[in-house]
Parts: sequence; structure tokens; C-alpha cells
Amino acid sequence: MVEAEADQIERVKWTRPHLLGLEELSAQEIMTILQTARSFKGVLGREIKKVPALRGRTVVNFFMEPSTRTRTSFELAAKRLSADVMSISGSASSIVKGETLRDTAQNIEALQVDMLVIRHSEAGAPHFLAKFLNASIINAGDGSHEHPTQGLLDLYTIWEKRGSLDGLHVAILGDILFSRVARSDIWGLKKLGAKVTVCGPPTLIPPGIERLGVEVTHELGDIVPHADVINLLRIQHERQKAILFPSVGEYARFFGLTSERLKDAKKDVIIMHPGPVNRGVELASELADGPNSVILDQVTNGLAVRMAVMFLLNRARMGGEDELD
Amino acid sequence: MVGRMKQSMKGSLHIRNGRIVDPSRERDGVGDLLILDGVIQPDGTAVPAGVETLDAGGYVVVPGLIDMHVHLRDPGGRGKESIASGTAAAANGGFTSVVCMPNTNPVADNGGILAYIQRESAKSGVVRVFPTGAMTVGLQGEQMTQIGELKGEGAVALTDDGRCIQNNELMRRVVQYAKHFGLPVLDHCEDYDLAAKGVVNEGYWSTVLGLPGISPMAEDLIVARDILFAKQCDWDVHIQHISTAGAVEMVRQARKAGIRITAEATPHHIALRDEDIRDYDSNFKMNPPLRTDADRQAVIDGIADGTITILATDHAPHAKHEKQVEFGCAPFGILGLETAVPVYFDLLYKSGRMPLSAVVKALTQAPAELLRLEVGTLQAGRPGDVTILDLEREVEIDPEASLSKSRNTPFGGWRLQGDAVATIVGGDLVMNRMAGDRFLAPGS
Repeated sequence: MVEAEADQIERVKWTRPHLLGLEELSAQEIMTILQTARSFKGVLGREIKKVPALRGRTVVNFFMEPSTRTRTSFELAAKRLSADVMSISGSASSIVKGETLRDTAQNIEALQVDMLVIRHSEAGAPHFLAKFLNASIINAGDGSHEHPTQGLLDLYTIWEKRGSLDGLHVAILGDILFSRVARSDIWGLKKLGAKVTVCGPPTLIPPGIERLGVEVTHELGDIVPHADVINLLRIQHERQKAILFPSVGEYARFFGLTSERLKDAKKDVIIMHPGPVNRGVELASELADGPNSVILDQVTNGLAVRMAVMFLLNRARMGGEDELD
Repeated sequence: MVGRMKQSMKGSLHIRNGRIVDPSRERDGVGDLLILDGVIQPDGTAVPAGVETLDAGGYVVVPGLIDMHVHLRDPGGRGKESIASGTAAAANGGFTSVVCMPNTNPVADNGGILAYIQRESAKSGVVRVFPTGAMTVGLQGEQMTQIGELKGEGAVALTDDGRCIQNNELMRRVVQYAKHFGLPVLDHCEDYDLAAKGVVNEGYWSTVLGLPGISPMAEDLIVARDILFAKQCDWDVHIQHISTAGAVEMVRQARKAGIRITAEATPHHIALRDEDIRDYDSNFKMNPPLRTDADRQAVIDGIADGTITILATDHAPHAKHEKQVEFGCAPFGILGLETAVPVYFDLLYKSGRMPLSAVVKALTQAPAELLRLEVGTLQAGRPGDVTILDLEREVEIDPEASLSKSRNTPFGGWRLQGDAVATIVGGDLVMNRMAGDRFLAPGS
């Protein structure tokens, strides 16, 4: 890690009560999270992997959409910070009984919850809750809008490997249209000075995406040789997507990353994937397990990043000044 | 104050010294207007003793405004609005007539429901209510309604508003059949496949907000279809709440070619853009959705050049708890009756974009002609419906002061110039804040 470069962007005091997206964060705020995450990653390497930062605080994972990875990561992050944590999932909640999200959330908060981690299929659901809840809201993925902690762990992983994101060329491949990860990544990468190209079939590229400052291509050959980082998004061929591309087979053939295509890439290209991977669809199986893959580092870093986010939000809520490191 | 006020002679009023702007007679000048027994009298008629005088000096006196696109939610949705509350809001906003949409519960697809609306309006309506009938049974887009029966119970037009007939052959036959009964067809233009599950305009902002988009082509495609049917049937097809640049241009060309196609605008589509959907506020969610600034400009251009001849509101009340949900789950629609006059007169007249008489015409004569209504004019012998405007008055919109049962407006806090200060229906004063009550002052 080249720390001199990493610290070029100055740290700022974190004051936000919620983490709703990366769109509204400054480069300084993002670096504050990443640097805090670096300290927590150190904690995770210790024999005792637990700190008392959130002792006595209550964190609720409120997942209105199926999720194993993200929920587990948040749950463990909260436990590592000594918080009391519980998870509520969509099927188990009263939403199915016709209660509104507002009522359910207010009921949860009435149990004196300090932090609500929400995953929801509707874009803007965390923003809606943030308007009337006192608890800190962490967006764990809202519709096709944002997934800020995934974006942060992607940024962290690149930063950890390269020391800086400034001037790096990052390719995001796949379903950009429905991907909240793509949006969070784009906001974060652009703020930290990376060049971003999105690539996928024309039907999976949302309108106006160029206005976010990204380049668009539909040919893998245009981007693979130039990329420092290739981030693959999970392809789902279901529901409405049946009219967007014909089959996963054709997708893999024209838009999937294969060993053959990777021959033209930079030797040290970083291959990322938010998981779960469709082996042989967007990413060849051998590449997922190959030397360029950082997919499991992303998972570990996700824990450190989520600890950092919870730590900073809690400190802002308490108005505390205590530094972790 | 809203509601019937104490008047020395019911249905009679002498309005003096106002600037009378009546596009139907191409009149614009200071004068007096006499209404006796609910009927407008010829100029120079002697004023009988005991007729109350209303001094309109400094104000603009226009034919009673007509909103041809209103959801009164009655029957079936009285938690959101009723004929009583919706017409009170209309009076408060300066409208003397509202045309109500048939997507009630049960649907106004038969004579019985229309008879109920007529009866309830006569009983509790503060302003005139003209009902429309559904084009298809239950708004299902499958079977034509009994259009002759609907006409017999007073329907002034046919529409499946809120829904759109996807079966092109059925729509073509409805236009053909409606012509026989002399009923114009009003269409909510939306191709369901193109609109998909969209909740906002498809474009940069749907991408940034991560919300499913509604392509402008969902509207354009149906407008193109309707133009073909209007041409083939040589009958009046009216495009409701037009919102895209493409649709405006098609209507412009069709009208030039002499096709009987008309269109209406709404206040929100000329005042707001998709980028105004900040923070997922569901009061910015309506169908058709707020479009781009280029679309907004195209709609304004269309009004200014006479392509869009009618100004309506699409007043769509929804209860607070229905709107206070995730953006994607919230119902489409916003209030319009009490904010339309300030929005329209500020953005179209005060801005210098249009002459006063043209704005007034689009709110009076134009909808009256399309729907064959007797109102919308100050011609002698017609109903004594009058709206008095104060075009200098500054208003600040306060949603909590609305007379609607609902509060779903995106215009809260907006400061605009121009307001209705008195509403007169059949010679009876039903709203009066000429003395200077604040805009949207609660009713008495």
C-alpha cells in the first residue's frame, strides 16, 4: 500500500447521520470511510476481532429483499463492534400483513433501535425512512438505485491494491440498467479520480448514463486491453429481462469475460465481482479463482468497510470525538 | 369564504367596473355584468331594485373557469375526496365547472352511477359537475359500455382515464360509435408494454434515481394511433394530459391537416421536470410522469401556438397515508384545482408568453366547445358563471389550507402571481376573497 498517495485526499470529520448513497458524499468523506476501514481491517487480523465501539447500541438489519452475503456481513460487522444486533427479513415481517413500511419502521424504532440497515426492492425506501426516523439509516441496497457499502468496499479493494484510484481505468461490465452496485461504483470512482467505462449489451445500458461522466461501449474488445480493473456484474435472466437479451448462452458468448478475452488485458488487471458469481456466464470459472481475482478480498473488505460506516455514523450521532486509531 | 353566501336575491348579481375578458365574444374592456335569475343579461339591461352589487374595480372578470379533468373520487373514494369537498376545492380555486372522470368505485360505466353523480352534485356540489362515462366496462379495455345510456344520463364525454384501451380495434370502434351519439372521446395515452412498470420518465433521472422509467414513446405511440382514428372517423379525439415533445408535435401536424384532435395540458407538466423529483417525494409522482425540461418547454410552446387548446388539472386526490410510502408503491396523481390558476397565469401570462385572453380561452371557451357545454362564455342568455381574477396578487401555496380532503401537492411553498378571488355559479357567489384573505384560506 502506498500510503503517501492514499492520504493525498484529506480526511474530514464525519457528520452525517445516515449513509444513503455515494452520490451525495464528497471525495474527502469517502476517504474518511476508507481510512477508517483500514484501521478496522487491522482489527480483523487480530486474535480478538472485537472492539467495544458500539457496546450498548442496537442495530437492526431490516432486509425486505433476499440477501445472504450483505446481511451476514452487516450482522458480523455489528457484532465485531459489540453492538446488539438482530435481523428481520421480508417474509418474516408484518409487511405481508399489509402494514406500511412507515409503520413497521416506526415500530422497530420504538424498541429504541439506534441503527437500521435496510435492504429494499424499491429505490428511495431508505431516503423515505430517513425523513421520519431518528435512528441512523444505512442503505444496504435500494432497488436499482444505490448499494453504497458495496461501492465503498469496491473502492477500498482497489485502493488497497493500487494505493490510489486517481487515473485508474475501471471497466464495469454487464447489467448496468438494473444494477445499484454499478451506480454506487460510478459515483465513488468518479469522485476519486478514476476513469470509468461501462460495457454491456445496448439493452442493459440505461439512458443518460454518459451524463455521469462514464464512457459507454458494447464491445468487450474496446475496453479489456485498457482496463486496470474489470468489475463484473451478476447477470440475471428472468422476469422482464427475457426481452432484454435472448439467453445466458448468448450473453456469455458476446459479453462474458473469458480466458481468451483476458489475453489482451494488462497482466496485473484486477478482476472484481460483487457476488454471487454465475460461473461461465459473466465470468469464466477459472478467472473467478485465478490470480487476478480479488473476489474474496472484496468480501473481507466488506466487513471492514461496514464496521467503519457503523462506527462513523454512531460517532456522529453521539457527537463524540474519540478517534479509533 | 367558500359555500353559498347570503345574497339579497338568489341567482342575481351586478358585477361592476371590472375588466371583462370574454374570449368567446372577443371582448376585453372595463364594464358591468348583470346576472338575473342565474342568467347573463344583455348589456344595457336595467338593474332591478334589490340586486346586490359586487365592485370588481381593478380585477379581471372572466367566464367561469372549467376544469375538464378532475377526479372527485365519488362514489367509492370518499376518504380522498367527495363531490362536496372536490367542488369546494374547485370553487376555492376559481372553477365554476368540473368534468369528473369515471374511474370511481364502482366505475361510472352505466347510467346508474351517472345518475348518482348528478343527484349528489345537485345536493352537495358547490360548482357545476359534468360527468363523463367510461368507454369500456369496468375500465377493463375489453367491452364497450352502453354509450347511448351514458349519454342519456348526462355524460359529456367518454374516457377510460387512468387506463388506456390497448386493443386498437376496440378503440377504433369506440370512436366510431361515440360519434353517432355526439360524445367526444378523451384518451389517457399509454402503451402498457412500453410503460412497463415505470414510475418516472425514462431518461437520465430514472437512471440516477434507480427508478423504473416510462418511455415517452408509451405516450407517443397511442397519440399517433388516436390521430389515425380521429382522421378515419372524422370525430373528436382529445389527448388528456399531454406531456411529451413528440406528442405535441404530432398533434400540431394533425391539426394542421384538419384532423379533429385536441389536447389538454396540466399545471405540473408546464411547471415541473423529472429532475424536480428530489428525495423520492411521492407528491412528484403522477401519470404521465414529469418529463424532461425539453418536453416541458414543448408543452408550453404547444399551448402558446394553439396546438394545445385546453388547460386542465388532472386533480387526483390521494390520502396522506397512501402517498406516504415508498415512491414506487405510491399511487400516481396530485391535486390541481386550487393551484392551477396561480400556476397557469403566472407561468403563461405573467411570464409574457401568452396574451391574457388566450389563457382565459383555454380555461373557458375551448373546453366548453369541445364538450358542447353552455358555459364558458359571458354571452347573454347563458348561465351566470363568472370567475374574478386578481392578476397582481402574490400567493404562497399552503397545502394545509386546501379544501380538498387530500394534501398531495408538490407546490407547497411556491410563490406565484395571480389568483382567483371570487367564484360565481349561476349568479351566486360561492367563493369570495376579494377583500384580501390569504390564498387558500380555509372555508367558513
